[in-house]
Amino acid sequence: MDAERLQRMIDRVKRGKLSRRGFIERVAAVGLTAPLANQLLAVAGIAMPTSSGIHYTPTKRGGGGTLKLLWWEGPTLLNPHFANGTKDQNASRLFYEPLAAWTPDGTLKPVLAAEIPSVENGSLAKDGKSVIWKLKQGVKWHDGTPFTADDVVFNWQYAKDPQTAAVTAGSYIGITVEKIDDYTVKILFAKPTPFWADAFVAANGCIIPKHLFAPYIGSKSRNAPWNLKPVGTGPYKFKTFTPGTLVQGVIFQDYHQPNRPYFDAVDMKGGGDATSAARAVLQTGEYDYAWDLQVSWDLLKKILAGGKGKLAFASGSAIEHIQVNFTDPNKVVDGERSSIKTTNPTLSDPIVRKALSLLIDRKSVQAYIYGEAGETTANFLNGPAQFVSKKTSWSYNVKKATDLLDANGWKPGPDGIRQKDGKKLSWLFQTSINQPRQETQEIIKQACKKAGIELRLKAILASVYFSSDVGNDETYPKFYADLQMYETEPPSPDPGFWMQQFLSSQVASKANKWQGRNITRWRNAEYDKIYAETTTTLDPVKRAAMFIKLNDLVVDHVVVIPLVFRKSVGASIDGLMMQLSGWDDDVWNLPDWFKETKA
Amino acid sequence: MPGSTPASLIAEGPEVFRAPELVAGPRLSLRRQAWRRFRKHTLAVASLFILGFLVLGVVVGPLLWRVPMGAIDLSAMLQGPLLDHPFGTNGLGQDLLARMIFGGRISLAVGVAAMAVAVGIGVAVGAIAGMASGRVDAALMWLTDLFLALPQLPLLLLLMYLFRGALRAAFGDEGGIFLLIVVVIGGLRWMSLARLVRAQFLSLREKEFIEAARALGASRARLMLRHLLPNALGPVIVAGTIEVANAIIIESTLSFLGLGFPPDVPTWGHMLYDAQQYLDSAPHWALIPGAAIFLSVLSINFIGDGLRDALDPRRVI
Repeated sequence: MDAERLQRMIDRVKRGKLSRRGFIERVAAVGLTAPLANQLLAVAGIAMPTSSGIHYTPTKRGGGGTLKLLWWEGPTLLNPHFANGTKDQNASRLFYEPLAAWTPDGTLKPVLAAEIPSVENGSLAKDGKSVIWKLKQGVKWHDGTPFTADDVVFNWQYAKDPQTAAVTAGSYIGITVEKIDDYTVKILFAKPTPFWADAFVAANGCIIPKHLFAPYIGSKSRNAPWNLKPVGTGPYKFKTFTPGTLVQGVIFQDYHQPNRPYFDAVDMKGGGDATSAARAVLQTGEYDYAWDLQVSWDLLKKILAGGKGKLAFASGSAIEHIQVNFTDPNKVVDGERSSIKTTNPTLSDPIVRKALSLLIDRKSVQAYIYGEAGETTANFLNGPAQFVSKKTSWSYNVKKATDLLDANGWKPGPDGIRQKDGKKLSWLFQTSINQPRQETQEIIKQACKKAGIELRLKAILASVYFSSDVGNDETYPKFYADLQMYETEPPSPDPGFWMQQFLSSQVASKANKWQGRNITRWRNAEYDKIYAETTTTLDPVKRAAMFIKLNDLVVDHVVVIPLVFRKSVGASIDGLMMQLSGWDDDVWNLPDWFKETKA
Repeated sequence: MPGSTPASLIAEGPEVFRAPELVAGPRLSLRRQAWRRFRKHTLAVASLFILGFLVLGVVVGPLLWRVPMGAIDLSAMLQGPLLDHPFGTNGLGQDLLARMIFGGRISLAVGVAAMAVAVGIGVAVGAIAGMASGRVDAALMWLTDLFLALPQLPLLLLLMYLFRGALRAAFGDEGGIFLLIVVVIGGLRWMSLARLVRAQFLSLREKEFIEAARALGASRARLMLRHLLPNALGPVIVAGTIEVANAIIIESTLSFLGLGFPPDVPTWGHMLYDAQQYLDSAPHWALIPGAAIFLSVLSINFIGDGLRDALDPRRVI
């Protein structure tokens, strides 16, 4: 589809001759995804519809009884700026709200904001250096005080103060926030920032009240009684809190969204383990929702047969992948192995890497090991949809791999292992100790064996492998092996930060104490150049195309071999209407949760 | 002197004093006498058969059962024991019988080799301490006490961590780990043997036959190797069998912690570790290696028990 025709279609939508849906269907036919189509319309000045995905039917507030949540890791404190992991973020989110939340398809939904900033409504600067948020009016804190722009500005001052030591500081340090009037704030960026929706958005963006926290800014921040007794704007008011065990809330009658919430109270119980949490919802029905079920698929299927509920999936883009070491892990240069001054004797050959990627049976790994909680993929970047490449593909073909190696001089030696110029295709393949990973290792090893490649497997205790101990040689950033496998997840829907991990400037080495994020040590000038452009390009469509190109470069050069992208799994009881977002907390749209009563 | 003569009966060397008058009936060789005593221990005899069967199984098994242990068949995963997979399959559809045979070779070899290391060090230290007495004895016993005081599992983990890489590079993945496990387990289990041998030496060297040998001009080395050691060996053999069982269990522990062999080498301990999450859906996967460890350890212990009886000449048949 050429640009001209696309423009004509967009114009027809503008004039009302073509429905939004019709437009999306037409562009989908040529391979554009729905979110990308939405973005096209947004750039052309047609506002994006916001949907929470739940059709909310209750016609009055309350009356739904108690919503019982089971968080097998119990929350320990209730200030979103001090949230230690997602358990605390989720518990704080019962009471506090951000300006906007991330929906499952990676778009923004206003919560405390009146609307989502955009170029066409004039709130998003064309040069990418500022953004204006209009706040919703008539929002009240649980103690009755009105919510205003002062609260938003205060949260910036609070979080950016190094003395406060907020975990959310990263989102607030590089910006300046100004109050325009009581219901408008302006965020100023030092340089053009394509990803402007970080501060005041989603988990890191929950707003705490100025009138209570103002005396506790800076070094006194941890003494605030409100850290354990939240007063927010959310659908539930704080009732009791026993750290690690139980959080209780009751309905807030002045909540700013009509007819919400449906439940009269909420209990968030902590403790136990993932398996027993799954059983408590799916088999016994004691709880309405259990989060983050890290349970093997076989077992989860058996528990699901209990028949009391169903599974809820959050599609983020956590990816289980294999990394290829471009340096030599067996040679010591200046006191470090896998030094950037070396090249891997075999894996530096693109043919060898190509053959390796043909030997990985992703379908079997997905079907037999990860089940429905995973999907096979050829891409490293798997979401949101507008960043997902359509050009890549994968296949499992031992014959093709052996032909490729044969044709390029990698012939089987006397021991059956292929070699060329005395260099053997024999690699050390490491990962953490985790049964699905060992099974994946074994599947790949057997396929490689058929093709005359020897894999030597190594499994390292997860606490060692993922530790940040610089003295330990078995950590994943040191990568003292030829291949390694683990899961990684982008921290936000914008891939900007995440895709830094293939930049030449980010190579992990002794010099930077292995803090560099480029662990494969792959260096490519084209990648570096395109990445540099993404940091200043503001046009979302162009920028998305750049990230797709970056992904394709990584995949085509077989820098990493993506296996499956995994969803996080929750369990909800039958009748509970809720939806997870892979980009936000499990309870991101808690006000919309309700139970369908059985007729 | 009561109890002094019989101590010599357990050995077979020509210089050993014999006491045939203690044995009723026709004169039997010492070996035959020991065998007769061993036969009386029913459990030990049964254990001998079980262990013999296990050893035979892992040695000749691959000749009879030719299914490759690594072959993956995902359509047959977690299958219970059936005709084409007599022991069933694991989570990847790999044949458990083939893996049991392969794993048994490693587990039993680790057990025997680690026992040999422990017995070697233990006998050497114990014999030297027992013979030398004085300062050397004191120093060696301090060393023994020192080793006894070391916390074994943390030390084991530390040593595995420190030397795994170097040995892997020198002897290959499996060879290096095998060597390390054997040396480390053997090196941490010799102390009780050393004390045992030393105690034997201290009591034996005051006996008349030693005095007689010394009077005949036997050198210290000859006294030690020809007279004392053979007589002290009975309890050592018994303690050694227990070390075999111990080594198998420690190897299982290490595999369980992920510090043993590479993850795709199916030792019995490692198979047990893999199977733990599937206890309710595929119990055979855990029960089979579990039973193999249980049977081999138990039978080795019973055989040790039987040997103790058999090698104790005071026992009258």
